[in-house]
Amino acid sequence: MRRIVSSPMLRRGLAAIALLIVSVFLIDMLSDYRQSQVSSVAYLAIAAGGLSVLIGLNGQLSLGHGAFMAIGAYTVAKMLQDGKEAPMLVLLVAAVIVTALVGAIVAVAAARLQGPYVAGATLALAVAVPALAVHFRDALGGEPGLRVSSPDVPTSIDDALFFLTGTETGTSQWLATVSVACLVVTFLLLRNLSQSRVGRQWRAVRDDPVAAQLAGINLGRSRIVCFIVSAACAGLAGGLMAMVTRVAAPSGFTLILSLTLLMAVVLGGLGTLTGALIGAALLTLLPTYVTNAGSSLGLSDLQSAELAPLVLGLTTIAVVLLAPAGLVGSIAPALRRLRTPSTDTSVTTTITRGEQS
Amino acid sequence: MQLINTLLGGFSVGMIYAAFALALVLIWQSTRIVNFAQAPMAMITTFIALKVIESGASYWIGFTVALVAGLVLGALVERLVIRYVDHDNHINPVILTLGLFIVLHALAAIVFGSSFRSFPAAFDLTGIKVGGETLALTPFSIFTILVVVAVMAALRLLFMKTDLGLTMRATAFNREVASVLGVKVNRALTLGWALAALVGSLSGLLIAGGGLVHPAYMDGVVVYGFVAAVLGGLDSPAGAVVGGLVMGIVLALVSGYLGSGLVPLAALIVLVVVLLVRPGGLFSTTKERTV
Repeated sequence: MRRIVSSPMLRRGLAAIALLIVSVFLIDMLSDYRQSQVSSVAYLAIAAGGLSVLIGLNGQLSLGHGAFMAIGAYTVAKMLQDGKEAPMLVLLVAAVIVTALVGAIVAVAAARLQGPYVAGATLALAVAVPALAVHFRDALGGEPGLRVSSPDVPTSIDDALFFLTGTETGTSQWLATVSVACLVVTFLLLRNLSQSRVGRQWRAVRDDPVAAQLAGINLGRSRIVCFIVSAACAGLAGGLMAMVTRVAAPSGFTLILSLTLLMAVVLGGLGTLTGALIGAALLTLLPTYVTNAGSSLGLSDLQSAELAPLVLGLTTIAVVLLAPAGLVGSIAPALRRLRTPSTDTSVTTTITRGEQS
Repeated sequence: MQLINTLLGGFSVGMIYAAFALALVLIWQSTRIVNFAQAPMAMITTFIALKVIESGASYWIGFTVALVAGLVLGALVERLVIRYVDHDNHINPVILTLGLFIVLHALAAIVFGSSFRSFPAAFDLTGIKVGGETLALTPFSIFTILVVVAVMAALRLLFMKTDLGLTMRATAFNREVASVLGVKVNRALTLGWALAALVGSLSGLLIAGGGLVHPAYMDGVVVYGFVAAVLGGLDSPAGAVVGGLVMGIVLALVSGYLGSGLVPLAALIVLVVVLLVRPGGLFSTTKERTV
């Protein structure tokens, strides 16, 4: 009995449920605009979390996660086309499965390639997928993309949320709740996975492939599994993004999306889920603040819109040169040193990283 | 006839991809970095050329200014950014060049605007007529082919026949040994990046000729140029040229017979197939990943 109570899975599961209930109340207090921002932070964090695990824990670089998000988004959009309906859970699971399948194909190729080649192949993927959406105009809607009808709040859940918060649930509130729920579940799974046997194998493969192979780890399989998990996260994120933005269009999944996602992960700190969350918040909130600053400096709207990627890129260059471990990676050890001799590290969600080789 | 025209078009575009791939190979050889920022660097210098030409100067002045700007930009990027990256970690340099990618993109959109602008061509863009049939070979594409061949010959002369080239080859071969033998390694590296950026700028100018430029117009080219360089093995300048021509012709065939939207996918498929069959590229001397 004691073992069950103290098992990390159960403890984290309960913490996750508590977090979810708290977030239901918090989301209820926000305005519609803030709720949509919460959704956006949540789905970007899901994609960033997957990417962070792939790069930070397994040492594989992907410049193509925007393409995987596009695949998730188009899956949802296709399933809702022509007035068709499907429960949200089915849509999201389908987005995850389809993306995981495509990810598996890419993973098999990527597992056999070295650093710069993987980067180049995933870069090609990031350029190819939006071009496909334009090419297959009839099926995928071409430049304007496919419209996604906004989901209705299921009556039973509306009642349950009414019981909790005492207010009717609007669409944006519902989407924010679902996105946060997906985020909590994804991070719970990723964290457990990264601390399990599988995660230790990923790190072993990253740190020293030869030693890992000698220890009986199947390198190819380990790399492929990590890539599929990461792609599946991006697919879920894309599915949510399609519902939140109500459209799946090539312009939403440019090369710049893939690259800024990568920047966000690097800024937050590779391999840490907290870092992925911080990076996602940065991606969502930075544009608003920087664009306002740009307008007040007398730049046009189009020009100010480019300030956010500019700041992001410059910060990334500075971080790579000065603090390669990222924000969380650089700050968390300092905090831990302050806290010694206490050895309680369960508060932070930092995933222990080996030496960067 | 359509086939001949497709092949001719593919050949002249292939020469441009070859130049771009050559720029990537030059940098890979000396610093073991794939410079993904090559595309936006070329885009910036092309915009500079456009500004010069729009201000009333001739095409040739714009052309020269862009090449010099490329030289300076390449040297600056190496001197200010690349020199300080930790080379032992293979992910950091890639992220650094991608950071540059985004920064240059955003800067171009802020300074030059993000709308599509037409770029002039030095020569006529109508096809040459042979026996009543119009070929897809224009005076401008002949100029493209000649310029790229001339640049390649000049680079070969530089690397094989001059002392400067010898020091640069020594640096690329083994930095430490070269430094012990008295080569100014840092100077050679800066010069290498500058030359590569010049060749990259040239490909940007040639792609833009008679077409439209905007901040993202080189994004596809970086993919095709990278695939071309990988086809050749990333380590071989001659391989990059052959890879560029192959890519130009394959992509022209795909674009002509299947549709231009499938071109990036075709590039991805070529890349993956080549790497799975010959992991080091067609001309490589490097070893396959064994673990």
